[in-house]
Amino acid sequence: MFPFLRIGPFLIQMPGLALLAGLWISTTLIEKEALHLKLNTAATLNMIFSGLFGGLIGARLIYVIEHFNVYLSSPISLFSLNTSTLNSLGGLIIGVVIALLIGRHQRLPFHPTLDALAPGLAVFMVAAGVANLLSGNAHGSPTHFPWAIYLWGEYRHPTQIYETTAALTIFILWKTISAGSRGSGIRFLQVVAFSASARIFLEAFHGDSLIWLGGFRAVQVISLIILTLAIYLTKQWGKAERE
Amino acid sequence: MKSKTNVPPVNSNRVIAMMTLFLILGVVWTFISRVPDASSQQLGPPPNPKAGFTAPDFTLDLLDGGQLTLSELRGYPVVLNLWASWCLPCRSEMPAIERVYQRYKDAGLIVIGLNMTSQDSESDVRAFVQELGLTLPIVLDRDGSVQSRYQLLGLPSTYFIDRQGIIRSVIVGGPMSEATIQSNIEDLLQEK
Repeated sequence: MFPFLRIGPFLIQMPGLALLAGLWISTTLIEKEALHLKLNTAATLNMIFSGLFGGLIGARLIYVIEHFNVYLSSPISLFSLNTSTLNSLGGLIIGVVIALLIGRHQRLPFHPTLDALAPGLAVFMVAAGVANLLSGNAHGSPTHFPWAIYLWGEYRHPTQIYETTAALTIFILWKTISAGSRGSGIRFLQVVAFSASARIFLEAFHGDSLIWLGGFRAVQVISLIILTLAIYLTKQWGKAERE
Repeated sequence: MKSKTNVPPVNSNRVIAMMTLFLILGVVWTFISRVPDASSQQLGPPPNPKAGFTAPDFTLDLLDGGQLTLSELRGYPVVLNLWASWCLPCRSEMPAIERVYQRYKDAGLIVIGLNMTSQDSESDVRAFVQELGLTLPIVLDRDGSVQSRYQLLGLPSTYFIDRQGIIRSVIVGGPMSEATIQSNIEDLLQEK
Protein backbone atom coordinates (compact mmCIF):
# COMPACT_ATOMS: atom_id res chain seq x y z
CA MET A 1 0.00 0.00 0.00
CA PHE A 2 1.48 3.34 -1.08
CA PRO A 3 -1.39 5.82 -1.35
CA PHE A 4 0.44 9.14 -1.26
CA LEU A 5 3.79 10.56 -2.24
CA ARG A 6 4.76 13.88 -0.73
CA ILE A 7 6.90 16.08 -2.99
CA GLY A 8 7.53 19.34 -1.16
CA PRO A 9 4.15 20.95 -0.49
CA PHE A 10 2.37 18.60 -2.89
CA LEU A 11 0.65 15.38 -1.88
CA ILE A 12 0.57 13.16 -4.96
CA GLN A 13 -2.20 10.55 -4.98
CA MET A 14 -0.46 7.42 -6.27
CA PRO A 15 -3.68 5.53 -7.15
CA GLY A 16 -4.72 8.51 -9.27
CA LEU A 17 -1.32 8.42 -10.95
CA ALA A 18 -1.75 4.70 -11.71
CA LEU A 19 -5.17 5.40 -13.24
CA LEU A 20 -3.73 8.24 -15.34
CA ALA A 21 -0.95 5.93 -16.60
CA GLY A 22 -3.61 3.31 -17.35
CA LEU A 23 -5.65 5.86 -19.25
CA TRP A 24 -2.63 6.87 -21.30
CA ILE A 25 -1.74 3.25 -22.22
CA SER A 26 -5.42 2.47 -22.88
CA THR A 27 -5.88 5.37 -25.28
CA THR A 28 -2.64 4.46 -27.07
CA LEU A 29 -3.90 0.89 -27.59
CA ILE A 30 -7.35 2.11 -28.63
CA GLU A 31 -5.78 4.48 -31.17
CA LYS A 32 -3.69 1.60 -32.58
CA GLU A 33 -6.71 -0.69 -32.80
CA ALA A 34 -8.82 2.06 -34.35
CA LEU A 35 -6.16 2.46 -37.05
CA HIS A 36 -6.30 -1.32 -37.76
CA LEU A 37 -10.07 -1.06 -38.06
CA LYS A 38 -9.74 1.92 -40.38
CA LEU A 39 -11.72 4.12 -38.01
CA ASN A 40 -11.30 7.85 -37.74
CA THR A 41 -8.80 7.84 -34.83
CA ALA A 42 -9.28 11.52 -34.01
CA ALA A 43 -13.04 11.01 -33.77
CA THR A 44 -12.54 7.87 -31.63
CA LEU A 45 -10.26 9.69 -29.18
CA ASN A 46 -12.60 12.68 -29.19
CA MET A 47 -15.44 10.35 -28.20
CA ILE A 48 -13.38 8.82 -25.35
CA PHE A 49 -12.21 12.11 -23.89
CA SER A 50 -15.67 13.69 -24.25
CA GLY A 51 -17.09 10.71 -22.35
CA LEU A 52 -14.44 10.98 -19.63
CA PHE A 53 -14.73 14.74 -19.27
CA GLY A 54 -18.52 14.62 -19.44
CA GLY A 55 -18.57 11.80 -16.92
CA LEU A 56 -16.43 13.78 -14.51
CA ILE A 57 -18.63 16.86 -14.80
CA GLY A 58 -21.72 14.66 -14.55
CA ALA A 59 -20.40 13.00 -11.39
CA ARG A 60 -19.97 16.41 -9.76
CA LEU A 61 -23.33 17.72 -11.01
CA ILE A 62 -25.23 14.71 -9.67
CA TYR A 63 -23.47 15.13 -6.32
CA VAL A 64 -24.36 18.85 -6.32
CA ILE A 65 -28.01 18.05 -7.10
CA GLU A 66 -28.00 15.61 -4.15
CA HIS A 67 -26.68 18.41 -1.89
CA PHE A 68 -28.32 21.33 -3.67
CA ASN A 69 -28.83 23.58 -0.63
CA VAL A 70 -25.19 23.27 0.39
CA TYR A 71 -23.90 24.31 -3.03
CA LEU A 72 -26.51 27.02 -3.44
CA SER A 73 -24.84 28.96 -0.65
CA SER A 74 -21.34 28.21 -1.97
CA PRO A 75 -21.48 27.77 -5.77
CA ILE A 76 -17.71 28.20 -6.15
CA SER A 77 -17.30 24.79 -4.44
CA LEU A 78 -18.65 23.25 -7.64
CA PHE A 79 -15.11 23.53 -8.97
CA SER A 80 -13.45 21.83 -5.99
CA LEU A 81 -10.81 19.25 -6.91
CA ASN A 82 -11.94 16.99 -4.08
CA THR A 83 -12.82 13.53 -5.38
CA SER A 84 -15.03 12.75 -2.39
CA THR A 85 -17.71 15.04 -3.78
CA LEU A 86 -18.44 12.99 -6.90
CA ASN A 87 -21.30 10.59 -7.59
CA SER A 88 -19.46 7.81 -9.43
CA LEU A 89 -22.50 5.87 -10.68
CA GLY A 90 -24.13 9.04 -12.01
CA GLY A 91 -20.83 10.01 -13.64
CA LEU A 92 -20.48 6.60 -15.29
CA ILE A 93 -23.99 6.73 -16.78
CA ILE A 94 -23.61 10.32 -18.01
CA GLY A 95 -20.12 9.56 -19.42
CA VAL A 96 -21.38 6.55 -21.41
CA VAL A 97 -24.39 8.49 -22.73
CA ILE A 98 -22.16 11.41 -23.82
CA ALA A 99 -19.67 9.01 -25.48
CA LEU A 100 -22.55 7.33 -27.35
CA LEU A 101 -23.93 10.68 -28.51
CA ILE A 102 -20.53 11.97 -29.61
CA GLY A 103 -19.77 8.67 -31.39
CA ARG A 104 -23.07 8.94 -33.23
CA HIS A 105 -22.46 12.58 -34.07
CA GLN A 106 -18.99 11.72 -35.44
CA ARG A 107 -20.57 8.89 -37.48
CA LEU A 108 -18.37 6.23 -35.89
CA PRO A 109 -19.60 2.71 -36.83
CA PHE A 110 -20.94 1.11 -33.62
CA HIS A 111 -19.50 -2.43 -33.68
CA PRO A 112 -15.99 -1.63 -34.96
CA THR A 113 -15.76 1.23 -32.45
CA LEU A 114 -16.61 -1.12 -29.60
CA ASP A 115 -13.90 -3.50 -30.81
CA ALA A 116 -11.41 -0.64 -30.87
CA LEU A 117 -12.24 0.06 -27.21
CA ALA A 118 -11.68 -3.57 -26.11
CA PRO A 119 -7.89 -3.50 -25.47
CA GLY A 120 -8.22 -0.15 -23.70
CA LEU A 121 -10.88 -1.55 -21.41
CA ALA A 122 -8.74 -4.59 -20.57
CA VAL A 123 -5.65 -2.48 -19.82
CA PHE A 124 -7.62 0.05 -17.78
CA MET A 125 -8.82 -2.83 -15.57
CA VAL A 126 -5.15 -3.69 -14.94
CA ALA A 127 -4.52 -0.07 -13.92
CA ALA A 128 -7.59 -0.14 -11.66
CA GLY A 129 -6.18 -3.23 -9.90
CA VAL A 130 -2.82 -1.50 -9.40
CA ALA A 131 -4.60 1.65 -8.13
CA ASN A 132 -6.50 -0.46 -5.59
CA LEU A 133 -3.25 -2.13 -4.51
CA LEU A 134 -1.68 1.30 -3.93
CA SER A 135 -4.68 2.69 -2.03
CA GLY A 136 -5.57 -0.46 -0.10
CA ASN A 137 -9.12 -0.20 -1.45
CA ALA A 138 -11.15 -3.23 -2.60
CA HIS A 139 -9.44 -5.19 0.17
CA GLY A 140 -9.82 -8.92 0.68
CA SER A 141 -11.42 -10.86 3.49
CA PRO A 142 -9.22 -12.24 6.29
CA THR A 143 -7.45 -15.51 5.46
CA HIS A 144 -4.62 -17.76 6.65
CA PHE A 145 -3.48 -18.68 3.13
CA PRO A 146 0.32 -18.42 2.78
CA TRP A 147 0.01 -15.73 0.07
CA ALA A 148 -2.11 -13.46 2.27
CA ILE A 149 -1.03 -9.82 2.61
CA TYR A 150 -1.11 -7.86 5.86
CA LEU A 151 -3.54 -5.02 5.29
CA TRP A 152 -5.83 -3.03 7.59
CA GLY A 153 -4.77 -4.91 10.69
CA GLU A 154 -5.23 -8.46 9.37
CA TYR A 155 -3.85 -11.02 6.94
CA ARG A 156 -6.16 -10.80 3.94
CA HIS A 157 -6.70 -12.18 0.46
CA PRO A 158 -4.64 -10.03 -1.94
CA THR A 159 -7.77 -9.30 -3.99
CA GLN A 160 -6.08 -6.39 -5.72
CA ILE A 161 -3.36 -8.74 -7.01
CA TYR A 162 -5.99 -11.33 -8.03
CA GLU A 163 -7.84 -8.65 -10.00
CA THR A 164 -4.71 -7.25 -11.65
CA THR A 165 -3.68 -10.77 -12.71
CA ALA A 166 -7.17 -11.53 -14.02
CA ALA A 167 -7.21 -8.29 -16.03
CA LEU A 168 -3.77 -9.05 -17.50
CA THR A 169 -4.99 -12.56 -18.44
CA ILE A 170 -8.06 -11.07 -20.13
CA PHE A 171 -5.82 -8.72 -22.11
CA ILE A 172 -3.65 -11.67 -23.22
CA LEU A 173 -6.80 -13.64 -24.15
CA TRP A 174 -7.96 -10.68 -26.23
CA LYS A 175 -4.60 -10.74 -28.04
CA THR A 176 -4.59 -14.50 -28.63
CA ILE A 177 -7.96 -16.21 -28.79
CA SER A 178 -10.40 -13.54 -29.85
CA ALA A 179 -13.65 -14.71 -31.38
CA GLY A 180 -15.36 -13.16 -34.36
CA SER A 181 -13.67 -10.96 -36.89
CA ARG A 182 -12.21 -7.60 -36.02
CA GLY A 183 -14.95 -5.03 -36.19
CA SER A 184 -17.85 -7.34 -35.39
CA GLY A 185 -18.06 -6.06 -31.80
CA ILE A 186 -17.66 -9.60 -30.48
CA ARG A 187 -14.09 -9.01 -29.32
CA PHE A 188 -15.38 -6.21 -27.08
CA LEU A 189 -18.13 -8.46 -25.73
CA GLN A 190 -15.51 -11.13 -25.03
CA VAL A 191 -13.50 -8.71 -22.85
CA VAL A 192 -16.70 -7.66 -21.06
CA ALA A 193 -17.81 -11.28 -20.52
CA PHE A 194 -14.42 -12.45 -19.23
CA SER A 195 -14.16 -9.41 -16.94
CA ALA A 196 -17.64 -10.10 -15.54
CA SER A 197 -16.72 -13.79 -15.03
CA ALA A 198 -13.55 -12.77 -13.17
CA ARG A 199 -15.56 -10.38 -10.96
CA ILE A 200 -18.08 -13.11 -10.12
CA PHE A 201 -15.30 -15.44 -8.99
CA LEU A 202 -13.05 -12.91 -7.23
CA GLU A 203 -15.76 -10.92 -5.43
CA ALA A 204 -16.17 -13.89 -3.06
CA PHE A 205 -12.73 -13.08 -1.61
CA HIS A 206 -13.53 -9.42 -0.97
CA GLY A 207 -13.87 -8.06 2.54
CA ASP A 208 -15.77 -4.95 1.48
CA SER A 209 -18.65 -6.37 -0.56
CA LEU A 210 -21.99 -4.65 -0.60
CA ILE A 211 -24.41 -7.33 0.59
CA TRP A 212 -27.94 -7.53 -0.76
CA LEU A 213 -30.94 -9.40 0.54
CA GLY A 214 -30.32 -13.12 1.06
CA GLY A 215 -26.61 -12.53 1.63
CA PHE A 216 -25.92 -12.14 -2.11
CA ARG A 217 -22.99 -9.93 -3.05
CA ALA A 218 -24.18 -7.03 -5.24
CA VAL A 219 -21.17 -7.13 -7.58
CA GLN A 220 -21.68 -10.84 -8.30
CA VAL A 221 -25.37 -10.36 -9.13
CA ILE A 222 -24.66 -7.35 -11.40
CA SER A 223 -21.80 -9.25 -13.08
CA LEU A 224 -24.10 -12.22 -13.74
CA ILE A 225 -26.56 -9.89 -15.48
CA ILE A 226 -23.74 -8.34 -17.55
CA LEU A 227 -22.42 -11.81 -18.48
CA THR A 228 -25.91 -12.95 -19.57
CA LEU A 229 -26.30 -9.83 -21.69
CA ALA A 230 -22.85 -10.34 -23.23
CA ILE A 231 -23.71 -13.95 -24.18
CA TYR A 232 -27.00 -12.86 -25.74
CA LEU A 233 -25.35 -10.09 -27.77
CA THR A 234 -22.46 -12.36 -28.84
CA LYS A 235 -25.06 -14.80 -30.21
CA GLN A 236 -26.98 -12.05 -32.01
CA TRP A 237 -23.97 -10.27 -33.44
CA GLY A 238 -22.32 -13.60 -34.39
CA LYS A 239 -25.50 -14.54 -36.27
CA ALA A 240 -25.58 -11.17 -38.01
CA GLU A 241 -21.92 -11.55 -38.98
CA ARG A 242 -22.49 -15.03 -40.49
CA GLU A 243 -25.49 -13.78 -42.45
CA MET B 1 -16.04 -7.43 -42.48
CA LYS B 2 -13.11 -9.88 -42.80
CA SER B 3 -10.57 -10.39 -40.09
CA LYS B 4 -7.26 -8.60 -40.55
CA THR B 5 -5.49 -10.13 -37.57
CA ASN B 6 -2.55 -12.51 -37.81
CA VAL B 7 -4.30 -14.75 -35.27
CA PRO B 8 -7.29 -16.47 -36.89
CA PRO B 9 -10.52 -15.71 -35.01
CA VAL B 10 -11.92 -18.49 -32.90
CA ASN B 11 -15.39 -19.68 -33.83
CA SER B 12 -17.75 -17.48 -31.82
CA ASN B 13 -19.82 -20.58 -30.93
CA ARG B 14 -16.88 -21.94 -28.93
CA VAL B 15 -16.56 -18.65 -27.09
CA ILE B 16 -20.30 -18.60 -26.42
CA ALA B 17 -20.01 -22.13 -25.02
CA MET B 18 -17.16 -20.97 -22.78
CA MET B 19 -19.13 -17.91 -21.62
CA THR B 20 -22.20 -20.07 -20.94
CA LEU B 21 -20.07 -22.44 -18.86
CA PHE B 22 -18.78 -19.39 -16.91
CA LEU B 23 -22.37 -18.24 -16.43
CA ILE B 24 -23.49 -21.61 -15.01
CA LEU B 25 -20.44 -21.84 -12.75
CA GLY B 26 -20.96 -18.18 -11.81
CA VAL B 27 -24.55 -18.77 -10.69
CA VAL B 28 -23.44 -21.73 -8.55
CA TRP B 29 -20.47 -19.77 -7.14
CA THR B 30 -22.63 -16.71 -6.37
CA PHE B 31 -24.97 -18.96 -4.44
CA ILE B 32 -22.17 -20.81 -2.59
CA SER B 33 -20.30 -17.63 -1.70
CA ARG B 34 -23.29 -15.85 -0.18
CA VAL B 35 -22.61 -14.16 3.13
CA PRO B 36 -24.53 -16.38 5.58
CA ASP B 37 -25.46 -13.73 8.10
CA ALA B 38 -25.03 -10.34 6.51
CA SER B 39 -26.12 -8.43 9.59
CA SER B 40 -23.44 -9.97 11.82
CA GLN B 41 -20.78 -9.15 9.19
CA GLN B 42 -21.84 -5.53 9.13
CA LEU B 43 -21.59 -5.13 12.91
CA GLY B 44 -18.38 -3.94 14.46
CA PRO B 45 -15.71 -4.02 11.77
CA PRO B 46 -12.23 -3.90 13.30
CA PRO B 47 -10.66 -0.50 14.03
CA ASN B 48 -8.77 0.95 11.08
CA PRO B 49 -8.34 4.48 9.76
CA LYS B 50 -10.27 3.70 6.58
CA ALA B 51 -13.82 4.13 5.31
CA GLY B 52 -15.92 1.10 6.25
CA PHE B 53 -13.97 0.34 9.44
CA THR B 54 -14.53 1.39 13.06
CA ALA B 55 -12.67 4.61 13.87
CA PRO B 56 -9.68 3.76 16.12
CA ASP B 57 -10.51 4.79 19.65
CA PHE B 58 -8.55 7.24 21.81
CA THR B 59 -8.75 9.12 25.06
CA LEU B 60 -6.92 12.44 24.97
CA ASP B 61 -6.63 15.59 27.03
CA LEU B 62 -8.70 18.54 25.92
CA LEU B 63 -6.90 21.86 25.47
CA ASP B 64 -9.25 23.51 27.97
CA GLY B 65 -8.98 20.73 30.54
CA GLY B 66 -10.70 17.39 30.92
CA GLN B 67 -10.55 14.42 28.61
CA LEU B 68 -12.40 13.16 25.57
CA THR B 69 -12.91 9.52 24.56
CA LEU B 70 -14.01 8.93 20.98
CA SER B 71 -15.95 5.71 21.66
CA GLU B 72 -18.12 7.56 24.20
CA LEU B 73 -19.54 9.63 21.35
CA ARG B 74 -21.39 6.68 19.76
CA GLY B 75 -24.84 7.78 18.76
CA TYR B 76 -23.57 11.08 17.37
CA PRO B 77 -22.04 11.84 14.00
CA VAL B 78 -18.45 12.98 14.46
CA VAL B 79 -16.05 14.96 12.30
CA LEU B 80 -12.45 14.33 13.34
CA ASN B 81 -9.95 16.80 11.90
CA LEU B 82 -6.24 16.09 12.37
CA TRP B 83 -4.23 19.29 12.20
CA ALA B 84 -1.14 21.21 13.28
CA SER B 85 -0.67 24.96 13.74
CA TRP B 86 2.22 25.12 11.23
CA CYS B 87 0.19 23.40 8.49
CA LEU B 88 -1.06 26.03 6.01
CA PRO B 89 -3.98 24.04 4.52
CA CYS B 90 -5.09 23.26 8.12
CA ARG B 91 -5.14 26.99 8.84
CA SER B 92 -7.08 27.67 5.63
CA GLU B 93 -9.84 25.13 6.26
CA MET B 94 -10.25 25.57 10.02
CA PRO B 95 -12.58 28.63 9.82
CA ALA B 96 -14.93 26.64 7.56
CA ILE B 97 -14.85 23.71 9.99
CA GLU B 98 -15.68 26.08 12.88
CA ARG B 99 -18.58 27.62 10.92
CA VAL B 100 -19.99 24.18 10.10
CA TYR B 101 -19.62 23.17 13.76
CA GLN B 102 -21.56 26.26 14.84
CA ARG B 103 -24.26 25.54 12.26
CA TYR B 104 -24.81 21.88 13.11
CA LYS B 105 -23.87 21.42 16.77
CA ASP B 106 -27.49 21.78 17.86
CA ALA B 107 -28.41 19.01 15.42
CA GLY B 108 -26.09 16.70 17.37
CA LEU B 109 -22.92 17.02 15.30
CA ILE B 110 -19.65 16.68 17.17
CA VAL B 111 -16.51 18.18 15.63
CA ILE B 112 -13.11 17.40 17.14
CA GLY B 113 -9.89 19.17 16.26
CA LEU B 114 -7.17 16.62 16.95
CA ASN B 115 -3.88 18.48 17.20
CA MET B 116 -0.65 16.62 16.33
CA THR B 117 0.98 18.01 19.47
CA SER B 118 3.99 15.68 19.16
CA GLN B 119 5.01 17.76 16.13
CA ASP B 120 3.58 21.06 17.38
CA SER B 121 3.81 23.13 20.56
CA GLU B 122 1.00 23.76 23.00
CA SER B 123 1.69 27.50 23.04
CA ASP B 124 1.36 27.62 19.23
CA VAL B 125 -1.85 25.59 19.50
CA ARG B 126 -3.32 28.06 22.00
CA ALA B 127 -2.29 31.03 19.85
CA PHE B 128 -3.85 29.35 16.77
CA VAL B 129 -7.13 28.65 18.58
CA GLN B 130 -7.28 32.18 19.93
CA GLU B 131 -6.42 33.81 16.61
CA LEU B 132 -9.12 31.90 14.72
CA GLY B 133 -11.63 32.13 17.58
CA LEU B 134 -12.22 28.38 17.63
CA THR B 135 -14.88 27.00 19.97
CA LEU B 136 -14.83 23.38 18.81
CA PRO B 137 -13.17 20.90 21.20
CA ILE B 138 -9.42 20.59 20.63
CA VAL B 139 -7.65 17.44 21.84
CA LEU B 140 -3.90 17.03 22.15
CA ASP B 141 -2.00 14.01 20.84
CA ARG B 142 1.12 14.68 22.91
CA ASP B 143 2.90 11.34 22.36
CA GLY B 144 1.88 10.79 18.73
CA SER B 145 0.10 7.54 19.57
CA VAL B 146 -3.17 8.58 17.88
CA GLN B 147 -1.22 9.83 14.88
CA SER B 148 0.29 6.36 14.41
CA ARG B 149 -3.05 4.65 15.13
CA TYR B 150 -4.56 6.72 12.32
CA GLN B 151 -1.52 6.01 10.10
CA LEU B 152 -1.31 9.71 9.33
CA LEU B 153 -0.41 10.22 5.67
CA GLY B 154 -0.71 13.98 5.44
CA LEU B 155 -2.12 17.04 7.14
CA PRO B 156 -4.88 17.94 7.35
CA SER B 157 -6.77 14.64 7.42
CA THR B 158 -10.47 14.56 8.13
CA TYR B 159 -12.59 11.56 9.12
CA PHE B 160 -16.37 11.60 8.88
CA ILE B 161 -17.66 9.07 11.42
CA ASP B 162 -21.26 7.87 11.63
CA ARG B 163 -23.40 7.27 14.71
CA GLN B 164 -22.16 3.67 14.97
CA GLY B 165 -18.54 4.80 15.10
CA ILE B 166 -17.83 3.65 11.52
CA ILE B 167 -15.70 5.89 9.29
CA ARG B 168 -17.80 6.85 6.27
CA SER B 169 -15.29 8.96 4.37
CA VAL B 170 -11.74 10.19 4.71
CA ILE B 171 -10.30 13.31 3.15
CA VAL B 172 -6.51 13.55 3.18
CA GLY B 173 -5.10 16.95 2.31
CA GLY B 174 -6.84 20.24 2.05
CA PRO B 175 -8.09 22.82 2.38
CA MET B 176 -11.62 21.40 2.13
CA SER B 177 -14.31 23.76 0.95
CA GLU B 178 -17.19 24.48 3.29
CA ALA B 179 -19.53 22.72 0.85
CA THR B 180 -17.38 19.58 0.92
CA ILE B 181 -17.51 19.48 4.72
CA GLN B 182 -21.21 20.29 4.82
CA SER B 183 -22.28 17.72 2.21
CA ASN B 184 -20.38 14.96 4.03
CA ILE B 185 -21.98 16.01 7.30
CA GLU B 186 -25.50 16.14 5.86
CA ASP B 187 -25.08 12.52 4.73
CA LEU B 188 -24.15 11.56 8.31
CA LEU B 189 -26.93 13.58 9.93
CA GLN B 190 -29.59 12.08 7.66
CA GLU B 191 -28.81 8.58 8.94
CA LYS B 192 -30.55 7.65 12.14
